[in-house]
Amino acid sequence: MTNAVHGFAALGDPTRRVIFERLSRRPMSVGKLASGLTVTRPAVSQHLKVLRDAGLVAERTEGTKHVYRLDPRGVLAMQAYLDRFWNRALAAFAAAANEENDP
Amino acid sequence: MSSILSVRKSVVVATTSERAFRVFTEGIDTWWPREHHIGASPLKRAVLEPHAGGRWYAVSEDGSECDTGKVLTWDPPRRLVLGWQITSQWKFDPSFLTEVEVTFTPQGPKRTRVELEHRNLDRFGIEAAELRKSIDSAGGWGELLQSFATVASRAAETQ
Repeated sequence: MTNAVHGFAALGDPTRRVIFERLSRRPMSVGKLASGLTVTRPAVSQHLKVLRDAGLVAERTEGTKHVYRLDPRGVLAMQAYLDRFWNRALAAFAAAANEENDP
Repeated sequence: MSSILSVRKSVVVATTSERAFRVFTEGIDTWWPREHHIGASPLKRAVLEPHAGGRWYAVSEDGSECDTGKVLTWDPPRRLVLGWQITSQWKFDPSFLTEVEVTFTPQGPKRTRVELEHRNLDRFGIEAAELRKSIDSAGGWGELLQSFATVASRAAETQ
């Protein structure tokens, strides 16, 4: 519960929301994230720490770089699940809609 | 505010938009996947109340009811917006809301394109920390994570 509230707070900050949005498109290093933002690199690192503590983003080391991505176990797992779910559901809906064609 | 993450689908059906809308809503029980059910006992009936503010819920074999969400916009035969209020922990939470917008566009006398967008999926991220606990527990989301891994690695390859 504490963590969930923490997550809410983490996304309440506009800069962190931009960071979160950009990471939702693809994983990025701190340097790359900072180059597209008006805040300094240490500030980006600080925002990333907050997002990571809230369980929203995960970090991976590639050589000397720290690459950040959305925590796959949260958001993207749900997206993958719902993608498959709606495929199934819409196929069943189409079958029902086509079947009921004649009154 | 545009949604960060969404799932988009579309399908063309051989019927009018009026009928397609009706099958999607009043007829939801005829097509709603049975295996998607969060109740303790098997799903008996899926229900979507046909008006704005209407409940969207499932009735279990044992008679208990599980809410999925509610009708946010009821605009037959063209547009429907539903609130999906099941969290990533598979619980109904009235304070949690993601939107499912469905549009029905006629493409001929008996041809309708049905487009669906399930958006605001970033809101599931708010619960990511909580979710991790259930994943880490034995037997949790194994299959799901495996499929996610496939998706994620595919995404990584295309960068």
